[in-house]
Amino acid sequence: MDYSQFLNMPQEIGLLVVFLLVFLYDTFMSKKVQNALPVFTCVAFGLFTIANLFFAYEEGTIFGGMFETTQATVAIKAILNIGMLIVLIQSIKWANSEYMTVRRGEFYELLLITLFGMYFMISARHFLMFVIGLETASLPLAALIAFEKNRYESHEAAAKYMFTAIFSSAVFMMGLSFVYALSGSLYFSDIALSVMGEKSTMLIVALAFVIAGVGFKLSLVPFHLWTADVYQGAPTPVTGYLSVISKGSAAFGFMVILVQVFGSVYDMAWEWMLYALIVLTITLGNLFAIRQRNMKRFLAFSSVSQAGYIMLGIISANALGLGSLMYYVLVYVLSNLAAFGVIGAIENKTGKVMMADYNGLRSTNPWLSFAMMLAMFSLAGIPPFAGFFSKFFIFTSALSTGSVALYVLVLIALLNTIISLYYYLLVVKAMFINKPGEEGAIAPFKSACSERLAMIVCVLGIILVGIVSCIYSGLIEAAESSVTMFM
Amino acid sequence: MDLTLLMYLVPSLIMFCCGVYGFVTRKNMIAVLISLELMLNAVDINFVVFNRFLFPGEMEGMFFSLFAIAIAAAETALVIAIIINVFRMAKNIDIRELTKMKF
Repeated sequence: MDYSQFLNMPQEIGLLVVFLLVFLYDTFMSKKVQNALPVFTCVAFGLFTIANLFFAYEEGTIFGGMFETTQATVAIKAILNIGMLIVLIQSIKWANSEYMTVRRGEFYELLLITLFGMYFMISARHFLMFVIGLETASLPLAALIAFEKNRYESHEAAAKYMFTAIFSSAVFMMGLSFVYALSGSLYFSDIALSVMGEKSTMLIVALAFVIAGVGFKLSLVPFHLWTADVYQGAPTPVTGYLSVISKGSAAFGFMVILVQVFGSVYDMAWEWMLYALIVLTITLGNLFAIRQRNMKRFLAFSSVSQAGYIMLGIISANALGLGSLMYYVLVYVLSNLAAFGVIGAIENKTGKVMMADYNGLRSTNPWLSFAMMLAMFSLAGIPPFAGFFSKFFIFTSALSTGSVALYVLVLIALLNTIISLYYYLLVVKAMFINKPGEEGAIAPFKSACSERLAMIVCVLGIILVGIVSCIYSGLIEAAESSVTMFM
Repeated sequence: MDLTLLMYLVPSLIMFCCGVYGFVTRKNMIAVLISLELMLNAVDINFVVFNRFLFPGEMEGMFFSLFAIAIAAAETALVIAIIINVFRMAKNIDIRELTKMKF
Protein backbone atom coordinates (compact mmCIF):
# COMPACT_ATOMS: atom_id res chain seq x y z
CA MET A 1 0.00 0.00 0.00
CA ASP A 2 1.18 3.44 -0.89
CA TYR A 3 1.06 5.52 2.26
CA SER A 4 1.98 8.73 0.51
CA GLN A 5 -1.60 8.95 -0.74
CA PHE A 6 -2.59 10.13 2.72
CA LEU A 7 -0.88 13.40 1.87
CA ASN A 8 -3.90 14.06 -0.33
CA MET A 9 -5.95 14.72 2.78
CA PRO A 10 -3.79 17.30 4.61
CA GLN A 11 -6.67 19.08 6.32
CA GLU A 12 -8.04 15.89 7.84
CA ILE A 13 -4.60 14.97 9.12
CA GLY A 14 -4.17 18.44 10.60
CA LEU A 15 -7.53 18.21 12.36
CA LEU A 16 -6.68 14.74 13.63
CA VAL A 17 -3.42 16.07 15.10
CA VAL A 18 -5.32 18.85 16.88
CA PHE A 19 -7.79 16.30 18.19
CA LEU A 20 -5.01 14.02 19.48
CA LEU A 21 -3.25 16.93 21.18
CA VAL A 22 -6.46 17.91 22.95
CA PHE A 23 -7.13 14.31 23.90
CA LEU A 24 -3.61 13.81 25.31
CA TYR A 25 -3.79 17.10 27.18
CA ASP A 26 -7.13 16.11 28.68
CA THR A 27 -5.92 12.67 29.69
CA PHE A 28 -2.39 13.20 30.95
CA MET A 29 -1.98 16.78 32.16
CA SER A 30 -2.27 17.42 35.88
CA LYS A 31 -5.43 18.80 37.47
CA LYS A 32 -3.83 22.18 38.04
CA VAL A 33 -3.52 23.01 34.36
CA GLN A 34 -6.80 21.45 33.27
CA ASN A 35 -8.42 24.87 33.45
CA ALA A 36 -6.28 25.91 30.52
CA LEU A 37 -7.69 23.19 28.25
CA PRO A 38 -10.18 25.46 26.42
CA VAL A 39 -7.48 28.03 25.73
CA PHE A 40 -5.11 25.29 24.64
CA THR A 41 -7.74 23.95 22.23
CA CYS A 42 -8.34 27.41 20.82
CA VAL A 43 -4.63 28.04 20.29
CA ALA A 44 -4.05 24.66 18.67
CA PHE A 45 -7.08 24.97 16.44
CA GLY A 46 -6.27 28.59 15.66
CA LEU A 47 -2.79 27.67 14.47
CA PHE A 48 -4.32 24.91 12.38
CA THR A 49 -6.83 27.35 10.86
CA ILE A 50 -4.15 29.87 9.99
CA ALA A 51 -1.84 27.22 8.56
CA ASN A 52 -4.79 26.09 6.49
CA LEU A 53 -5.19 29.44 4.84
CA PHE A 54 -1.57 29.62 3.66
CA PHE A 55 -0.91 26.02 2.76
CA ALA A 56 -0.71 25.18 -0.94
CA TYR A 57 -2.95 22.21 -1.63
CA GLU A 58 -2.63 19.69 -4.36
CA GLU A 59 -5.72 18.14 -5.79
CA GLY A 60 -5.95 14.41 -5.59
CA THR A 61 -7.97 11.40 -4.61
CA ILE A 62 -7.52 8.73 -1.99
CA PHE A 63 -9.15 5.42 -0.95
CA GLY A 64 -9.59 4.40 -4.57
CA GLY A 65 -11.38 7.60 -5.52
CA MET A 66 -13.78 7.59 -2.56
CA PHE A 67 -12.32 10.80 -1.19
CA GLU A 68 -11.30 13.79 -3.22
CA THR A 69 -9.52 17.04 -2.41
CA THR A 70 -10.30 19.91 -4.76
CA GLN A 71 -9.88 23.66 -4.44
CA ALA A 72 -13.59 23.93 -3.60
CA THR A 73 -13.43 21.44 -0.71
CA VAL A 74 -10.31 23.16 0.61
CA ALA A 75 -12.14 26.50 0.52
CA ILE A 76 -15.32 25.32 2.25
CA LYS A 77 -13.26 23.54 4.91
CA ALA A 78 -11.30 26.73 5.57
CA ILE A 79 -14.62 28.56 6.00
CA LEU A 80 -15.90 25.93 8.42
CA ASN A 81 -12.60 26.18 10.33
CA ILE A 82 -13.09 29.90 10.83
CA GLY A 83 -16.58 29.28 12.18
CA MET A 84 -15.36 26.48 14.40
CA LEU A 85 -12.60 28.71 15.82
CA ILE A 86 -15.16 31.37 16.71
CA VAL A 87 -17.38 28.75 18.38
CA LEU A 88 -14.39 27.45 20.36
CA ILE A 89 -13.47 30.94 21.55
CA GLN A 90 -17.08 31.67 22.50
CA SER A 91 -17.34 28.51 24.55
CA ILE A 92 -14.29 29.20 26.77
CA LYS A 93 -16.32 31.00 29.41
CA TRP A 94 -19.03 28.36 29.45
CA ALA A 95 -16.52 25.50 29.52
CA ASN A 96 -14.73 27.02 32.50
CA SER A 97 -17.87 27.17 34.63
CA GLU A 98 -17.91 25.12 37.81
CA TYR A 99 -20.42 22.67 36.40
CA MET A 100 -18.29 21.73 33.39
CA THR A 101 -15.12 20.83 35.30
CA VAL A 102 -15.19 17.08 34.74
CA ARG A 103 -16.65 17.17 31.23
CA ARG A 104 -14.57 19.90 29.65
CA GLY A 105 -12.34 17.57 27.67
CA GLU A 106 -15.20 15.55 26.25
CA PHE A 107 -16.93 18.67 25.02
CA TYR A 108 -13.95 19.71 22.91
CA GLU A 109 -13.17 16.22 21.68
CA LEU A 110 -16.75 15.66 20.53
CA LEU A 111 -16.80 19.04 18.79
CA LEU A 112 -13.61 18.27 16.89
CA ILE A 113 -14.86 14.83 15.90
CA THR A 114 -18.09 16.19 14.45
CA LEU A 115 -16.02 18.57 12.35
CA PHE A 116 -13.94 15.62 11.22
CA GLY A 117 -17.09 13.83 10.06
CA MET A 118 -18.18 16.92 8.16
CA TYR A 119 -14.82 17.05 6.39
CA PHE A 120 -15.41 13.53 5.14
CA MET A 121 -18.94 14.38 4.10
CA ILE A 122 -17.68 17.33 2.07
CA SER A 123 -14.90 15.44 0.34
CA ALA A 124 -16.76 12.18 -0.20
CA ARG A 125 -17.03 10.95 -3.76
CA HIS A 126 -18.71 7.66 -2.84
CA PHE A 127 -22.02 7.28 -1.03
CA LEU A 128 -20.65 4.94 1.62
CA MET A 129 -18.07 7.56 2.57
CA PHE A 130 -20.78 10.20 2.53
CA VAL A 131 -23.05 8.27 4.88
CA ILE A 132 -20.21 7.51 7.28
CA GLY A 133 -19.21 11.18 7.30
CA LEU A 134 -22.81 12.24 7.87
CA GLU A 135 -23.22 9.88 10.82
CA THR A 136 -19.82 10.75 12.30
CA ALA A 137 -21.01 14.32 12.22
CA SER A 138 -24.49 13.81 13.62
CA LEU A 139 -23.98 11.21 16.38
CA PRO A 140 -21.54 13.25 18.53
CA LEU A 141 -23.77 16.27 17.96
CA ALA A 142 -26.60 14.48 19.76
CA ALA A 143 -24.27 13.90 22.71
CA LEU A 144 -23.31 17.58 22.63
CA ILE A 145 -26.95 18.68 22.60
CA ALA A 146 -27.60 16.52 25.69
CA PHE A 147 -24.52 17.96 27.36
CA GLU A 148 -26.13 19.93 30.18
CA LYS A 149 -26.96 16.92 32.26
CA ASN A 150 -29.08 18.67 34.84
CA ARG A 151 -31.26 20.57 32.43
CA TYR A 152 -34.32 18.69 31.20
CA GLU A 153 -34.64 20.72 27.99
CA SER A 154 -31.22 19.58 26.92
CA HIS A 155 -32.29 15.93 26.95
CA GLU A 156 -35.62 16.63 25.33
CA ALA A 157 -33.81 18.43 22.54
CA ALA A 158 -31.34 15.57 22.14
CA ALA A 159 -34.17 13.02 21.92
CA LYS A 160 -35.94 15.07 19.28
CA TYR A 161 -32.74 15.59 17.33
CA MET A 162 -31.71 11.96 17.44
CA PHE A 163 -35.08 10.53 16.41
CA THR A 164 -35.35 12.86 13.44
CA ALA A 165 -31.71 12.29 12.53
CA ILE A 166 -32.13 8.52 12.43
CA PHE A 167 -35.41 8.80 10.57
CA SER A 168 -33.82 11.04 7.99
CA SER A 169 -30.79 8.84 7.51
CA ALA A 170 -33.05 5.80 7.07
CA VAL A 171 -35.01 7.66 4.40
CA PHE A 172 -31.77 8.82 2.80
CA MET A 173 -30.31 5.31 2.68
CA MET A 174 -33.56 3.95 1.25
CA GLY A 175 -33.10 6.41 -1.58
CA LEU A 176 -29.50 5.29 -1.97
CA SER A 177 -30.59 1.67 -2.31
CA PHE A 178 -32.76 2.65 -5.29
CA VAL A 179 -29.90 4.64 -6.77
CA TYR A 180 -27.72 1.57 -6.35
CA ALA A 181 -30.30 -0.61 -8.08
CA LEU A 182 -30.34 1.81 -11.01
CA SER A 183 -26.64 2.15 -11.51
CA GLY A 184 -24.86 -0.74 -9.83
CA SER A 185 -22.30 1.49 -8.19
CA LEU A 186 -22.07 3.98 -5.38
CA TYR A 187 -19.29 6.11 -6.86
CA PHE A 188 -20.57 9.57 -7.70
CA SER A 189 -18.95 9.55 -11.13
CA ASP A 190 -20.29 6.10 -12.06
CA ILE A 191 -23.81 6.97 -10.99
CA ALA A 192 -23.63 10.22 -12.95
CA LEU A 193 -22.77 8.24 -16.09
CA SER A 194 -25.50 5.65 -15.68
CA VAL A 195 -28.37 8.00 -14.83
CA MET A 196 -27.66 10.18 -17.85
CA GLY A 197 -30.78 10.32 -19.98
CA GLU A 198 -32.57 8.00 -17.58
CA LYS A 199 -36.32 8.63 -17.49
CA SER A 200 -37.70 6.20 -14.94
CA THR A 201 -40.06 6.59 -12.01
CA MET A 202 -37.51 4.85 -9.84
CA LEU A 203 -35.02 7.66 -10.34
CA ILE A 204 -37.61 10.21 -9.26
CA VAL A 205 -38.49 8.17 -6.16
CA ALA A 206 -34.82 7.73 -5.32
CA LEU A 207 -34.17 11.44 -5.73
CA ALA A 208 -37.18 12.36 -3.61
CA PHE A 209 -35.90 10.11 -0.82
CA VAL A 210 -32.37 11.49 -1.05
CA ILE A 211 -33.56 15.09 -1.05
CA ALA A 212 -35.87 14.41 1.90
CA GLY A 213 -33.04 12.78 3.82
CA VAL A 214 -30.58 15.63 3.36
CA GLY A 215 -33.42 18.14 3.74
CA PHE A 216 -33.85 16.99 7.34
CA LYS A 217 -30.22 17.80 8.09
CA LEU A 218 -30.53 21.18 6.43
CA SER A 219 -33.96 21.81 8.02
CA LEU A 220 -35.70 22.68 4.77
CA VAL A 221 -39.36 23.33 5.32
CA PRO A 222 -41.47 20.22 5.38
CA PHE A 223 -38.65 18.67 7.43
CA HIS A 224 -37.82 21.59 9.73
CA LEU A 225 -39.97 20.83 12.77
CA TRP A 226 -37.10 19.68 14.96
CA THR A 227 -35.04 22.83 14.44
CA ALA A 228 -36.59 25.27 16.89
CA ASP A 229 -36.87 22.82 19.77
CA VAL A 230 -33.33 21.56 19.37
CA TYR A 231 -31.87 25.05 19.09
CA GLN A 232 -33.72 26.13 22.19
CA GLY A 233 -32.76 23.13 24.28
CA ALA A 234 -29.11 22.79 23.35
CA PRO A 235 -26.39 24.69 25.22
CA THR A 236 -25.80 28.02 23.46
CA PRO A 237 -22.31 27.27 22.04
CA VAL A 238 -23.68 24.03 20.60
CA THR A 239 -26.64 25.88 19.11
CA GLY A 240 -24.23 28.23 17.38
CA TYR A 241 -22.27 25.29 16.06
CA LEU A 242 -25.40 23.47 14.92
CA SER A 243 -26.81 26.47 13.10
CA VAL A 244 -23.75 27.39 11.08
CA ILE A 245 -21.12 24.66 10.74
CA SER A 246 -23.49 21.74 10.47
CA LYS A 247 -25.73 23.61 8.06
CA GLY A 248 -22.88 24.90 5.91
CA SER A 249 -21.30 21.51 5.45
CA ALA A 250 -24.65 19.83 4.74
CA ALA A 251 -25.41 22.48 2.12
CA PHE A 252 -22.11 21.86 0.37
CA GLY A 253 -22.59 18.07 0.47
CA PHE A 254 -26.12 18.50 -0.86
CA MET A 255 -24.85 20.55 -3.78
CA VAL A 256 -22.17 17.98 -4.61
CA ILE A 257 -24.78 15.20 -4.62
CA LEU A 258 -27.32 17.05 -6.70
CA VAL A 259 -24.94 18.59 -9.20
CA GLN A 260 -22.25 15.99 -9.59
CA VAL A 261 -24.39 12.86 -9.32
CA PHE A 262 -27.75 13.98 -10.68
CA GLY A 263 -26.61 16.96 -12.74
CA SER A 264 -27.64 15.30 -15.99
CA VAL A 265 -31.27 14.93 -14.92
CA TYR A 266 -31.52 18.51 -13.69
CA ASP A 267 -34.57 19.78 -15.61
CA MET A 268 -36.48 16.57 -15.63
CA ALA A 269 -36.07 15.42 -12.05
CA TRP A 270 -34.99 17.74 -9.30
CA GLU A 271 -35.29 21.33 -10.44
CA TRP A 272 -38.96 21.56 -9.50
CA MET A 273 -38.60 19.61 -6.28
CA LEU A 274 -35.94 22.03 -5.13
CA TYR A 275 -37.95 24.97 -6.44
CA ALA A 276 -40.93 24.05 -4.26
CA LEU A 277 -38.68 23.41 -1.26
CA ILE A 278 -36.99 26.80 -1.60
CA VAL A 279 -40.26 28.72 -1.84
CA LEU A 280 -41.72 26.87 1.16
CA THR A 281 -38.53 27.14 3.21
CA ILE A 282 -38.00 30.84 2.78
CA THR A 283 -41.64 31.80 3.23
CA LEU A 284 -42.65 29.56 6.12
CA GLY A 285 -39.35 30.10 7.92
CA ASN A 286 -39.96 33.84 7.81
CA LEU A 287 -43.58 33.65 8.85
CA PHE A 288 -42.78 31.44 11.84
CA ALA A 289 -39.85 33.64 12.86
CA ILE A 290 -42.17 36.63 13.23
CA ARG A 291 -44.07 35.11 16.14
CA GLN A 292 -41.09 33.88 18.18
CA ARG A 293 -40.31 35.59 21.47
CA ASN A 294 -37.37 33.42 22.58
CA MET A 295 -34.15 34.59 20.97
CA LYS A 296 -32.83 31.09 20.29
CA ARG A 297 -36.09 29.94 18.69
CA PHE A 298 -36.16 33.17 16.74
CA LEU A 299 -32.70 32.51 15.34
CA ALA A 300 -33.72 28.91 14.64
CA PHE A 301 -36.49 30.00 12.30
CA SER A 302 -34.29 32.69 10.84
CA SER A 303 -31.75 29.97 10.06
CA VAL A 304 -34.50 27.90 8.40
CA SER A 305 -35.21 30.75 6.03
CA GLN A 306 -31.47 31.37 5.51
CA ALA A 307 -31.14 27.71 4.46
CA GLY A 308 -33.65 28.49 1.73
CA TYR A 309 -31.42 31.28 0.47
CA ILE A 310 -28.42 28.95 0.52
CA MET A 311 -30.42 26.54 -1.69
CA LEU A 312 -30.66 29.28 -4.32
CA GLY A 313 -26.99 28.65 -5.00
CA ILE A 314 -27.71 24.97 -5.63
CA ILE A 315 -30.58 25.48 -8.04
CA SER A 316 -28.36 27.34 -10.49
CA ALA A 317 -26.14 24.20 -10.69
CA ASN A 318 -23.02 25.93 -11.99
CA ALA A 319 -19.66 27.12 -10.71
CA LEU A 320 -21.00 30.59 -10.00
CA GLY A 321 -23.64 28.99 -7.78
CA LEU A 322 -21.06 26.96 -5.87
CA GLY A 323 -18.88 30.01 -5.30
CA SER A 324 -21.84 32.08 -4.13
CA LEU A 325 -22.97 29.25 -1.86
CA MET A 326 -19.56 29.17 -0.16
CA TYR A 327 -19.52 32.95 0.14
CA TYR A 328 -23.03 32.92 1.60
CA VAL A 329 -22.01 30.28 4.12
CA LEU A 330 -18.98 32.37 5.16
CA VAL A 331 -21.07 35.49 5.72
CA TYR A 332 -23.81 33.51 7.43
CA VAL A 333 -21.25 31.94 9.77
CA LEU A 334 -19.93 35.34 10.81
CA SER A 335 -23.29 37.08 11.24
CA ASN A 336 -25.06 34.23 12.99
CA LEU A 337 -22.16 33.60 15.35
CA ALA A 338 -22.08 37.30 16.23
CA ALA A 339 -25.74 37.05 17.22
CA PHE A 340 -25.15 33.85 19.18
CA GLY A 341 -22.12 35.44 20.85
CA VAL A 342 -24.29 38.22 22.23
CA ILE A 343 -27.05 35.84 23.26
CA GLY A 344 -24.54 33.53 24.94
CA ALA A 345 -22.85 36.40 26.81
CA ILE A 346 -26.16 37.65 28.15
CA GLU A 347 -27.35 34.13 29.00
CA ASN A 348 -24.12 33.34 30.85
CA LYS A 349 -24.46 36.47 32.95
CA THR A 350 -28.18 36.69 33.60
CA GLY A 351 -29.85 33.57 32.22
CA LYS A 352 -32.26 35.66 30.14
CA VAL A 353 -33.10 34.61 26.58
CA MET A 354 -36.42 36.30 25.80
CA MET A 355 -36.66 39.15 23.34
CA ALA A 356 -38.50 41.29 25.92
CA ASP A 357 -35.47 41.05 28.20
CA TYR A 358 -33.49 42.96 25.60
CA ASN A 359 -35.64 46.08 25.97
CA GLY A 360 -33.44 49.09 26.60
CA LEU A 361 -30.22 47.13 26.28
CA ARG A 362 -28.57 50.05 24.52
CA SER A 363 -28.57 52.29 27.56
CA THR A 364 -26.88 49.66 29.73
CA ASN A 365 -24.69 47.62 27.35
CA PRO A 366 -24.05 49.75 24.26
CA TRP A 367 -21.34 47.54 22.74
CA LEU A 368 -23.33 44.33 22.97
CA SER A 369 -26.32 46.01 21.36
CA PHE A 370 -24.04 47.41 18.67
CA ALA A 371 -22.71 43.92 17.83
CA MET A 372 -26.23 42.50 17.84
CA MET A 373 -27.43 45.30 15.58
CA LEU A 374 -24.68 44.64 13.05
CA ALA A 375 -25.47 40.92 13.10
CA MET A 376 -29.17 41.60 12.50
CA PHE A 377 -28.43 44.08 9.69
CA SER A 378 -26.12 41.57 8.07
CA LEU A 379 -28.63 38.72 8.34
CA ALA A 380 -31.34 40.95 6.88
CA GLY A 381 -29.04 42.10 4.06
CA ILE A 382 -28.73 45.84 4.60
CA PRO A 383 -26.17 47.30 2.16
CA PRO A 384 -22.84 48.23 3.68
CA PHE A 385 -22.59 44.91 5.51
CA ALA A 386 -21.53 41.53 4.21
CA GLY A 387 -25.05 40.07 4.28
CA PHE A 388 -26.10 42.36 1.46
CA PHE A 389 -23.29 41.18 -0.80
CA SER A 390 -23.88 37.51 -0.08
CA LYS A 391 -27.58 37.87 -0.92
CA PHE A 392 -26.71 39.86 -4.02
CA PHE A 393 -24.26 37.24 -5.30
CA ILE A 394 -26.55 34.32 -4.57
CA PHE A 395 -29.42 36.02 -6.45
CA THR A 396 -27.05 36.76 -9.33
CA SER A 397 -26.01 33.13 -9.52
CA ALA A 398 -29.64 31.96 -9.53
CA LEU A 399 -30.37 34.36 -12.38
CA SER A 400 -27.30 33.35 -14.38
CA THR A 401 -29.06 30.38 -15.99
CA GLY A 402 -31.56 32.80 -17.55
CA SER A 403 -34.70 30.72 -17.10
CA VAL A 404 -37.93 32.61 -16.41
CA ALA A 405 -38.94 30.30 -13.58
CA LEU A 406 -35.80 31.24 -11.67
CA TYR A 407 -36.55 34.95 -12.14
CA VAL A 408 -39.89 34.34 -10.41
CA LEU A 409 -38.10 32.40 -7.67
CA VAL A 410 -35.68 35.25 -7.05
CA LEU A 411 -38.60 37.67 -6.95
CA ILE A 412 -40.24 35.55 -4.23
CA ALA A 413 -36.96 35.45 -2.34
CA LEU A 414 -36.64 39.23 -2.60
CA LEU A 415 -40.16 39.78 -1.27
CA ASN A 416 -39.27 37.49 1.60
CA THR A 417 -36.19 39.57 2.35
CA ILE A 418 -38.55 42.44 3.09
CA ILE A 419 -40.58 40.27 5.47
CA SER A 420 -37.38 39.18 7.17
CA LEU A 421 -36.35 42.81 7.60
CA TYR A 422 -39.39 43.26 9.85
CA TYR A 423 -38.47 40.60 12.36
CA TYR A 424 -34.75 41.27 12.38
CA LEU A 425 -35.48 44.90 13.09
CA LEU A 426 -37.83 43.90 15.93
CA VAL A 427 -34.72 42.89 17.87
CA VAL A 428 -33.00 46.17 17.04
CA LYS A 429 -36.15 48.04 18.06
CA ALA A 430 -36.26 46.19 21.38
CA MET A 431 -32.67 47.16 22.12
CA PHE A 432 -32.71 50.75 20.93
CA ILE A 433 -36.25 52.10 21.14
CA ASN A 434 -38.38 50.10 23.56
CA LYS A 435 -38.53 51.28 27.15
CA PRO A 436 -37.27 48.68 29.64
CA GLY A 437 -39.97 46.80 31.55
CA GLU A 438 -40.70 46.93 35.28
CA GLU A 439 -37.61 44.92 36.15
CA GLY A 440 -35.49 47.43 34.27
CA ALA A 441 -33.03 46.67 31.50
CA ILE A 442 -30.31 44.06 31.92
CA ALA A 443 -27.77 45.63 34.26
CA PRO A 444 -24.46 46.74 32.72
CA PHE A 445 -21.89 43.95 32.82
CA LYS A 446 -18.45 43.26 31.47
CA SER A 447 -18.42 40.23 29.20
CA ALA A 448 -15.50 37.83 29.42
CA CYS A 449 -12.37 38.53 27.43
CA SER A 450 -12.90 35.49 25.20
CA GLU A 451 -16.48 36.44 24.38
CA ARG A 452 -15.35 39.92 23.46
CA LEU A 453 -12.60 38.56 21.23
CA ALA A 454 -15.06 36.31 19.36
CA MET A 455 -17.47 39.21 18.92
CA ILE A 456 -14.73 41.49 17.60
CA VAL A 457 -13.72 38.86 15.04
CA CYS A 458 -17.33 38.45 13.92
CA VAL A 459 -18.01 42.19 13.70
CA LEU A 460 -14.83 42.83 11.75
CA GLY A 461 -15.81 39.96 9.45
CA ILE A 462 -19.29 41.38 8.91
CA ILE A 463 -17.88 44.75 7.97
CA LEU A 464 -14.87 43.62 5.93
CA VAL A 465 -15.90 40.44 4.09
CA GLY A 466 -18.31 42.33 1.89
CA ILE A 467 -15.81 45.02 0.98
CA VAL A 468 -12.67 42.94 0.45
CA SER A 469 -13.61 41.66 -2.97
CA CYS A 470 -10.72 39.20 -3.34
CA ILE A 471 -12.55 36.79 -1.01
CA TYR A 472 -15.47 36.39 -3.39
CA SER A 473 -13.32 36.15 -6.51
CA GLY A 474 -11.07 33.61 -4.76
CA LEU A 475 -14.06 31.44 -3.91
CA ILE A 476 -15.37 31.67 -7.48
CA GLU A 477 -11.95 30.63 -8.79
CA ALA A 478 -11.90 27.68 -6.40
CA ALA A 479 -15.37 26.66 -7.57
CA GLU A 480 -14.48 26.97 -11.24
CA SER A 481 -11.37 24.87 -10.84
CA SER A 482 -13.39 21.86 -9.66
CA VAL A 483 -14.60 21.03 -13.13
CA THR A 484 -15.29 17.38 -12.36
CA MET A 485 -18.37 18.52 -10.52
CA PHE A 486 -20.03 20.25 -13.44
CA MET A 487 -20.35 17.96 -16.38
CA MET B 1 -39.64 -22.63 -6.81
CA ASP B 2 -37.04 -19.96 -7.32
CA LEU B 3 -37.14 -16.88 -5.17
CA THR B 4 -37.31 -13.78 -7.30
CA LEU B 5 -36.23 -10.23 -6.62
CA LEU B 6 -39.78 -9.14 -5.91
CA MET B 7 -40.25 -11.68 -3.14
CA TYR B 8 -37.55 -9.91 -1.17
CA LEU B 9 -38.44 -6.36 -2.11
CA VAL B 10 -42.10 -6.53 -1.08
CA PRO B 11 -41.36 -7.62 2.52
CA SER B 12 -38.62 -5.03 2.80
CA LEU B 13 -40.98 -2.32 1.60
CA ILE B 14 -43.63 -3.51 4.07
CA MET B 15 -41.01 -3.34 6.81
CA PHE B 16 -40.09 0.18 5.84
CA CYS B 17 -43.71 1.32 5.81
CA CYS B 18 -44.39 -0.35 9.16
CA GLY B 19 -41.38 1.50 10.51
CA VAL B 20 -42.70 4.84 9.29
CA TYR B 21 -46.15 4.06 10.67
CA GLY B 22 -44.71 3.05 14.04
CA PHE B 23 -42.47 6.13 14.15
CA VAL B 24 -45.49 8.36 13.77
CA THR B 25 -47.99 6.57 16.00
CA ARG B 26 -46.08 4.91 18.85
CA LYS B 27 -46.11 6.49 22.30
CA ASN B 28 -43.26 4.68 24.00
CA MET B 29 -39.81 5.91 23.02
CA ILE B 30 -38.40 2.39 22.95
CA ALA B 31 -41.13 1.41 20.49
CA VAL B 32 -40.25 4.41 18.35
CA LEU B 33 -36.65 3.25 18.39
CA ILE B 34 -37.72 -0.23 17.31
CA SER B 35 -39.67 1.29 14.43
CA LEU B 36 -36.57 3.17 13.36
CA GLU B 37 -34.58 -0.06 13.47
CA LEU B 38 -37.18 -1.66 11.20
CA MET B 39 -36.65 1.10 8.68
CA LEU B 40 -32.87 0.75 8.79
CA ASN B 41 -33.09 -3.01 8.41
CA ALA B 42 -35.38 -2.65 5.42
CA VAL B 43 -32.63 -0.56 3.83
CA ASP B 44 -30.07 -3.28 4.54
CA ILE B 45 -32.26 -5.95 2.95
CA ASN B 46 -32.73 -3.75 -0.09
CA PHE B 47 -29.01 -3.31 -0.57
CA VAL B 48 -28.18 -6.98 -0.17
CA VAL B 49 -30.97 -8.09 -2.47
CA PHE B 50 -30.14 -5.62 -5.21
CA ASN B 51 -26.54 -6.69 -5.02
CA ARG B 52 -27.36 -10.40 -5.12
CA PHE B 53 -29.85 -10.25 -7.98
CA LEU B 54 -28.83 -7.33 -10.14
CA PHE B 55 -25.05 -7.13 -9.75
CA PRO B 56 -23.92 -10.56 -8.59
CA GLY B 57 -20.27 -10.01 -9.50
CA GLU B 58 -19.69 -7.19 -7.04
CA MET B 59 -19.80 -6.69 -3.30
CA GLU B 60 -20.57 -2.99 -3.00
CA GLY B 61 -24.12 -3.38 -1.72
CA MET B 62 -23.13 -6.03 0.80
CA PHE B 63 -20.44 -3.77 2.20
CA PHE B 64 -22.80 -0.87 2.38
CA SER B 65 -25.22 -2.88 4.47
CA LEU B 66 -22.41 -4.04 6.76
CA PHE B 67 -21.50 -0.43 7.46
CA ALA B 68 -25.15 0.51 7.77
CA ILE B 69 -25.61 -2.16 10.45
CA ALA B 70 -22.66 -0.80 12.41
CA ILE B 71 -24.00 2.74 12.16
CA ALA B 72 -27.45 1.58 13.25
CA ALA B 73 -25.94 -0.10 16.31
CA ALA B 74 -24.11 3.09 17.27
CA GLU B 75 -27.31 5.09 16.86
CA THR B 76 -29.26 2.66 19.02
CA ALA B 77 -26.71 2.89 21.82
CA LEU B 78 -26.84 6.66 21.77
CA VAL B 79 -30.64 6.82 21.68
CA ILE B 80 -30.95 4.42 24.58
CA ALA B 81 -28.55 6.56 26.61
CA ILE B 82 -30.64 9.61 25.84
CA ILE B 83 -33.87 7.76 26.72
CA ILE B 84 -32.37 6.77 30.09
CA ASN B 85 -31.47 10.39 30.75
CA VAL B 86 -34.95 11.54 29.83
CA PHE B 87 -36.41 8.88 32.12
CA ARG B 88 -34.25 10.07 35.02
CA MET B 89 -35.46 13.60 34.56
CA ALA B 90 -39.10 13.12 33.72
CA LYS B 91 -39.87 9.65 35.17
CA ASN B 92 -41.54 8.46 31.99
CA ILE B 93 -40.62 7.75 28.41
CA ASP B 94 -43.87 8.71 26.72
CA ILE B 95 -42.91 10.61 23.60
CA ARG B 96 -46.06 12.71 23.88
CA GLU B 97 -44.80 14.13 27.15
CA LEU B 98 -41.79 15.69 25.44
CA THR B 99 -43.64 18.96 25.18
CA LYS B 100 -41.81 21.32 27.49
CA MET B 101 -40.59 23.22 24.46
CA LYS B 102 -43.35 24.04 22.05
CA PHE B 103 -44.17 27.09 20.05
